[in-house]
Amino acid sequence: MTMTATAPDRSASLDTIKRRSTLINGWVLIGLAVFVAAVLGLGSVGDATFRLALPGDVIALPNLVVPAAPYIYIVAALLAFFGGRQFVRGAARRSSLFLGLGLFLAVTTFLVWATAGKDFSLTGMLEATVVRAVPIALGGLVGVLSERVAVVNIGIEGMLLSGAFTGAIVGSLLGGWIGLVAAVAVGGIMGFILGALVITYRVDQIIAGVAINLFALGLTSYVTSQVLTVHHEFNEAPIFDGIDIPLLSSIPIVGRVFFQQNIFVYGAAIIIAIGTYYLFHTRWGLRARAVGEHPEAADTLGLNVYRIRYINVTIGGMVAGFAGAWFTLGSVGRFDINMTNGRGFIGLAAMIFGRWHPVGALMAALVFGFADALQQKLAILQTPIPSEFLAMAPYIATLVLVAGLIGRARAPAADGKPYVKD
Amino acid sequence: MSFNEEGPPTTSEMLQRVVVARGQVEDVVIVPVLAVALALVLGGITMLLTGVDVPRIGAAFSALFSGSFGSISALSETLTAATPVTLTALGIALGFRAGLFNIGAEGQMMLGGMAAVAVGFSFPGLPIFIHLPLALLVGALVGAAWAAIAGWLKAATGAHEVITTIMLNLIATQLTGYLLRNPPIQKPGRHDPISQSVLDSAMLPKLLTWLDPNLRLNAGYIIVLLMVALVYWLLFRTTLGFEFRASGLNPFAARYAGMRSGLIIVVVMAISGALAGLAGGVQVLGVLGRASPGFTGGGGFNGIAVALLGRSHPVGVLLAGILFGALEAGGRQMQVSAGVRIDLIAIIQSLIIAFVAAPLLMRAAFPWAFQKKAAVTR
Repeated sequence: MTMTATAPDRSASLDTIKRRSTLINGWVLIGLAVFVAAVLGLGSVGDATFRLALPGDVIALPNLVVPAAPYIYIVAALLAFFGGRQFVRGAARRSSLFLGLGLFLAVTTFLVWATAGKDFSLTGMLEATVVRAVPIALGGLVGVLSERVAVVNIGIEGMLLSGAFTGAIVGSLLGGWIGLVAAVAVGGIMGFILGALVITYRVDQIIAGVAINLFALGLTSYVTSQVLTVHHEFNEAPIFDGIDIPLLSSIPIVGRVFFQQNIFVYGAAIIIAIGTYYLFHTRWGLRARAVGEHPEAADTLGLNVYRIRYINVTIGGMVAGFAGAWFTLGSVGRFDINMTNGRGFIGLAAMIFGRWHPVGALMAALVFGFADALQQKLAILQTPIPSEFLAMAPYIATLVLVAGLIGRARAPAADGKPYVKD
Repeated sequence: MSFNEEGPPTTSEMLQRVVVARGQVEDVVIVPVLAVALALVLGGITMLLTGVDVPRIGAAFSALFSGSFGSISALSETLTAATPVTLTALGIALGFRAGLFNIGAEGQMMLGGMAAVAVGFSFPGLPIFIHLPLALLVGALVGAAWAAIAGWLKAATGAHEVITTIMLNLIATQLTGYLLRNPPIQKPGRHDPISQSVLDSAMLPKLLTWLDPNLRLNAGYIIVLLMVALVYWLLFRTTLGFEFRASGLNPFAARYAGMRSGLIIVVVMAISGALAGLAGGVQVLGVLGRASPGFTGGGGFNGIAVALLGRSHPVGVLLAGILFGALEAGGRQMQVSAGVRIDLIAIIQSLIIAFVAAPLLMRAAFPWAFQKKAAVTR
């Protein structure tokens, strides 16, 4: 997705832009401070109890008890201070850092507000955050892999869905590991089909992606309603259990969150690490990025633009297949119609948030995963905020970010353009 | 994907191929016909692979036909199913012409339908000639406003409309879920997400009840025909339409010619969204009488396929809409009488989109159907 700077932005000097964004950050922080104090602070009574230990922990931490109203007012004061700081000379240097810190604190006050007078398992929520970030982070990586070679991949959603479906069926028949391999293979095939459509047959990349999504949704829904409703034995896949990493898993909180997960969490971490290394530290990655930035130049230097695009899009598809298998083999063990539920599109948003970098996409995915987990857990706390609005929050944030990122993040230059060799 | 200064405007180039020039009979007629035929064949193969035996496949295809064109009631069902999808497709086609991809018709349709329902169950006692147009108008306006957000973001910041409209779709889904579960939209006494019922004075009149009271075809299809004419007139007979098409063909030339590109983007998105919102309104006021989750029936996404198949021409969209309505109506018959699930239709539809968008693929697959000449370029 290219986002081009508009003319006025370009003519304005860098300092002016920086100064303006600092001022905007300042107003945002002060607005947050007012919101936190006025909306959350009023009516918060009692203590918020956060449970840090889960049953079965080796080292059980005591509960974290936060007096709600004092905490909220202290944070509001801090936010106001951070905001005011933005209007002082020379604040521009750490402006974004303070905005990030401010947003983080605001989220904690929200949690405290929601938990006031009740108790809430913080560790359980962080654990859910990591689990829910898996398909989004991997989806983001799929987007990065293909957009770095200038292929826009709207079809991530469909690839996830095919991976989930294949994982469930093959997993039911031949066991979880074979199911996982099959999911990766089918994802790769979907990636290759997208590649064939957009690289060889020069179909508009977005239309090809839409077609892949509709095709995957149609095929999996059809087989589910036509076959799986009768043959339940095809849809009873095993679930990969959590694996405790020795020693690390007994660390309080961190052990639960990161080191008692199943292979999908570990696999995602490894795949994202490899993806980052591949793209930015190997000659193959350099070539791939060259193809995404300036295919003509890459071609002149003797690189096979088409082949590099095919390889990257197909590998992306394989990653999507793995991520799709998470929905069935890593989570519920059965396939349901449209069970990915837009996660592929969120992955695309994570890619943009993460500025076309796998690690950035991972960070964005953790934020989305947190929002996802929060939405689920807040239903238990019975806050007055409807869950639908919490579910909306990441999308609204994406909208604001896509609009605001102009001039700061840049898609690969040739993104979305087919390459026609003369 | 957007029109940046470094390179040629590719999206619009690609969309140009969707848009027809005179004399390209092969692309206009042969490619879609082959695409539909190939998609149907592949649908048959899918049935075979999922254990449907050959006589039942035959029964399925015969039901697909008899359920769509086989009788007056089948035709009525076909046109009823074609109504919303033709309207969203008209909007999407208008966007294609101007070089914009409104993937957000689904969300616009959803919110337009919700607004139409809200007006439709409020105001008891209004006469039908005020109540009905008011409900439709509010639906269209809400759809237009929702789409204009994406247009404005693109014009003001350059944010690509595909990503923003996808986000707006997701937001609209959540918003609709919330509205359906809470007063004043939710039907009193219900705990599931469902709206109050539209009053009779806001329902689109049925057209064929004099033949058979069960025929569902309603005045929504008259609105479709009017909109086809209106979009045709707008695109090909007005200055505004000329500006739309010029911006789609070459945004730079359009800008140098003094056209206000930012304004055009917002206006095109708003009209596109108005048509999608109208589609939502027609669906709830013509067929359903209330809103519930998924009431759009994917009309926004199928509209993309219909717009492509109709080559972004209003008349083409009208015909492609009838084809998609026929698949929908025939698919229901297929499910009832041949026991083949209607989800098969979604496979066929997605294949049609892929094939229609890939004339090079169709040329490679059926070389005998085309004149021997070099691959299509722009």
